[in-house]
Amino acid sequence: MDMKVAKKLGLKERYALMTRDLAWDTTYQPMDKVFPQTTYEGIKIHDWDKWEDPFRLTMDAYWKYQSEKERKLYAILDGFNQNNGHLSVTDARYINVLKLFLGSTPPLELMAARGFSMMGRQMNGAGPRVACQMQAVDEYRHFQTQIHSISNYNKYYNGMDEFAHQQSRMWYLSDGKSFFDDAITAGPFEFMVAIGFAFEYVLTNILFVPFISGAAYNGDMAAMTVGFSAQSDEARHMTLGLECIKFMLEQDPDNLPIVQRWIDKWTWRGTRKLASVGMMMDYMLPKRIMSFKEAWEMYVEENGGALFKDLARYGITIPKCFGQTIEEKEHVTHQSWIGFYMKPQATPFHTWIPTPDEMDWLSEKYPNTFDKYYRPVLEHLDAQEKAGNRFDNKTAPMNCQVCVSTMKFNEPGDPMEMCFRESIYQGEKFHTCSDHCKEIFDNEPEKYIQTFISSHQVLQGNCEPDGTDVNAADFKPGQNMLDYWKLDKRALGDFNGSDDQKNFAAWREQATKN
Amino acid sequence: MSNAFIAFQKNDDSRCIIEAILDDNPGAMVDDQPSMVKIDVPNRLVIKRETVTEKMGREFDLQELQLHLITISGNLDETDDEFTLTWNS
Repeated sequence: MDMKVAKKLGLKERYALMTRDLAWDTTYQPMDKVFPQTTYEGIKIHDWDKWEDPFRLTMDAYWKYQSEKERKLYAILDGFNQNNGHLSVTDARYINVLKLFLGSTPPLELMAARGFSMMGRQMNGAGPRVACQMQAVDEYRHFQTQIHSISNYNKYYNGMDEFAHQQSRMWYLSDGKSFFDDAITAGPFEFMVAIGFAFEYVLTNILFVPFISGAAYNGDMAAMTVGFSAQSDEARHMTLGLECIKFMLEQDPDNLPIVQRWIDKWTWRGTRKLASVGMMMDYMLPKRIMSFKEAWEMYVEENGGALFKDLARYGITIPKCFGQTIEEKEHVTHQSWIGFYMKPQATPFHTWIPTPDEMDWLSEKYPNTFDKYYRPVLEHLDAQEKAGNRFDNKTAPMNCQVCVSTMKFNEPGDPMEMCFRESIYQGEKFHTCSDHCKEIFDNEPEKYIQTFISSHQVLQGNCEPDGTDVNAADFKPGQNMLDYWKLDKRALGDFNGSDDQKNFAAWREQATKN
Repeated sequence: MSNAFIAFQKNDDSRCIIEAILDDNPGAMVDDQPSMVKIDVPNRLVIKRETVTEKMGREFDLQELQLHLITISGNLDETDDEFTLTWNS
């Protein structure tokens, strides 16, 4: 019998058949009732079929490649853990960066998974629905693999076990939490700009690229494999975010001002969140491959600049905040580290004064700012510590009502002056850290007056461990903060003299001789 | 002019992919970093299936790039034969 061998379908045809061709328009109910969320933000879409899917990944190919990624990742993790990999990192200070990462990143991946599951339901077009569904699965994978990769460290070092409890409560985790809370409570298109553009394009390009390369440089194969495995998905995510922006701009000229406002807002919010990521690169990696400033220039200034130039054909202009972010790149990491150093009793990770060599590296990388503004502060704090008077700020910080960063950034053009802004809404005063956060607040005050800021709420008796009588005569707000946060006391204080420091030294000694 | 770029985890497969990129993109710049490699090309970067297949000595499906990718920059277009990143500027 003669058999006709069908020609293998091309990628575009395969994608079209396996994705869009499987979708249908509803008939019992009109489509706009089934997908009600895509209109209320004011974005006008005329033809969902115009959505381009650059990666053209079908579901079967998705599972095939993702399972291959997982197999590689867990093989490396097993090898690293079985070989006492934790003792091969440069020095025990490095482990503190994982504590900060664990508290700040996996919970946000979980929020991203939730958000993209919502997008997978809310978007009218089959193309974006499938891409969002894949991204939701990716994000869930990142959430799980990050926790798995760090769980081995949790067996040996202090301060990692309560990250999930701390996510909604710790003062310094609030900025990331608020980023996602803000995005997920916005409409679907704003969410796509917030996460698909600002989070993927601005933030993860720094967090999962130069920072993870730095983790590898410091001998942490676990962080390396999990970071790069996650980032291999992010390339697809960035493309989805970018595609969504182009799609909105191509569909209707009325979308331009809305999209521009979101780009302005989320570029700024992404930048604020980067301050602590940059600090991880500049201060917490014992061996450094590049400064935050250099990474910023490569991945945000040049790469973001390329994107904004590309979008100029639709009328998009460079975000208003861009100039200020460029000025701040030489300051924010130093301000963040000094801020954390000053609060040794309020984080589950240790801080320290950089060694003289490390300070010289910072001088070289930050010739305009480090020696002038930050070295004197660090040297003063060092001298005080050596005199037995380690700085310990016991007061609760003040946080920005929008980005929920602690107030620590400087007035534009004046590094010696701290920046505060305030807005009055319904007779109440709200504080923001910058002109850009103030503008975001003033544009949607009803949203941001609801921000939960633990360091403010504690003064009202709202941040107490269960069973505390806030009406007792001797009640003092904030006296139980460590219990409220479930902070492991062994994880507090300076790195010098910590259990982690002593244990690591002892175990490494054991690892090299009988 | 903006640079389109792509970064890969360092491994044997990506070594072949990078060689192919260097052959097919005159002006490509390689930035070798710990455990990763980043390649920049002004305006347009193309990865051709045929060249990668030749470098690897086996059939290569461009979607295998998913396994080694770290990050990209540029507007993406993907077909069976070419993976292209472009900036319009």
